[in-house]
Amino acid sequence: MKYICLGYIEDKYFGQLTEKEQRDFMDACFVYDEELQRSGHWIGGEALQPVATATTVRFRDGKPQITDGPFAETKEFLGGIMILEAADLNEAIALMSNHPSLKMGGTFEIRPSADLSALVADSQRRRAADRHRAADRRPLSSGAPPAAPRRR
Amino acid sequence: MLATLIRLLGDFDLAEDALHEAFRAAMEQWPKEGIPANARAWLVSTGRFKAIDRIRRQARLDTPLEAIEEPGSLAGDPARQEEESIQDDRLRLIFTCCHPALSPEARTAMTLREVCGLTTEEIARAYLMTPASLAQRIVRAKSKIREAKIPYEVPGPRELPERLHAVLQVVYLVFNEGYSASSGESVTRVDLSDEAIRLGRLLADLLPTAEVQGLLALMLLHESRRMARTDPHGDVILLEDQDRSRWHPDLIGEGLARVEAALRSGQSGPYTLQAAIAAVHAEAKTAEQTDWPQIVALYDRLLDLEPSPVIRLNRAVAVAMRDGPAAGLALIDRLGGEDDLSGYFWFFAAKADLYRRLGEAEAADAAYQRALELTRLEPERRYLQKRRNALREK
Repeated sequence: MKYICLGYIEDKYFGQLTEKEQRDFMDACFVYDEELQRSGHWIGGEALQPVATATTVRFRDGKPQITDGPFAETKEFLGGIMILEAADLNEAIALMSNHPSLKMGGTFEIRPSADLSALVADSQRRRAADRHRAADRRPLSSGAPPAAPRRR
Repeated sequence: MLATLIRLLGDFDLAEDALHEAFRAAMEQWPKEGIPANARAWLVSTGRFKAIDRIRRQARLDTPLEAIEEPGSLAGDPARQEEESIQDDRLRLIFTCCHPALSPEARTAMTLREVCGLTTEEIARAYLMTPASLAQRIVRAKSKIREAKIPYEVPGPRELPERLHAVLQVVYLVFNEGYSASSGESVTRVDLSDEAIRLGRLLADLLPTAEVQGLLALMLLHESRRMARTDPHGDVILLEDQDRSRWHPDLIGEGLARVEAALRSGQSGPYTLQAAIAAVHAEAKTAEQTDWPQIVALYDRLLDLEPSPVIRLNRAVAVAMRDGPAAGLALIDRLGGEDDLSGYFWFFAAKADLYRRLGEAEAADAAYQRALELTRLEPERRYLQKRRNALREK
């Protein structure tokens, strides 16, 4: 089972640290990442650049609208994501409970991945059927409409 | 049986339906063919087969044929199951229902429904909710268990203390909900205190740690006073004014034995210490004969584990009983400066009572007034008003 762990941090904790403390903290995080990789729990993960670098795209007035931000008022922001392979929620919780950033005031939101394979298969079947129907209709477009769709 | 089927089938709803179908099959077959030697195993096996049938039928409807395979979790013959693993299944069920990833309300609802076997309607009535919104809560919890894959297992030794704490909290919440229910409605309410004590006994059988024994003892000792703690109008009677001949001797006996066992283990936590305090009260013939120094000492130990303003307030009241009202008042005044108890009506009620005992009627009256402004519960209001009136009549 895949779990996506969203890591939230508060700037103030990191900012208060001395340079050495910051280095030690980073080391502890990297060591833990490597541990997860070795044990086969690590599927992937990325750290995010600060919120100041974020860009938001949404649809407004019929066209994509691009804005700077978002600059939410919350003190906590998403600092990184990690994708874990774990037997169940208890294992995922146990793994994330040992993450060094928790002691730095960080929090993790653990979300199970959603299995969309059935939806994807449905969608593929639907699109294939649409294509077949379109192919059936094409040769008849100049003549009289048929009483019933012809099957191939 | 439900606990075992949930383990075998890996799904609460599937297991509930399976058990239902197994009972229906038993009603048809047992009168004709006789009751099987191991009725429980028969029901579990039958339920399991009915569920597998259902999975296959559904699979045929929903997915292409090649996707059908026997789920791995269905392996093993449940008829061969040992008594020990039946107990394990019940523990698994309790820990899953009380998992901290579920909301506290959902834990209570799931425990009452899946472990105690109450119906949705009964739970809804007990918590003064509509059955629809309670059912919603249960559906959401089950879906989280399924989708986030909360495992059906007893936590390992590292997680156990923390997780057991969550379980005990659910049991104590259920107990208190039943214990503080007003008497007028108790007739129509499922007796939650009884359910909590039953759960406590089950846990004490399955996992007899000190705190499990301590919590059960605490509930038994509280329960022993149930008949004495309200008057015929449903008004509260304080411990010191209760008719102790109405306390239930059997519940006290069991409570005392369990609290002693918990204390002897040397692993006692907050529940055991609270039970020990209740035990000292239970052993006293009158309020005056209570071993107050012992109670103060137990509150001290409790404060070491769980520093809280409410416990400090209770300790101050015990000190007042040991050393006199002036000593208690001095402590309470200091508490008022350190902790924010300005919204807590018992703080002012306790203060008023100590002023009354010192003969300072005016100060007592003012404190009763503050307490009355803070309470919203009708029985508490009546109690305070009665006390205040008695003061004025003197």
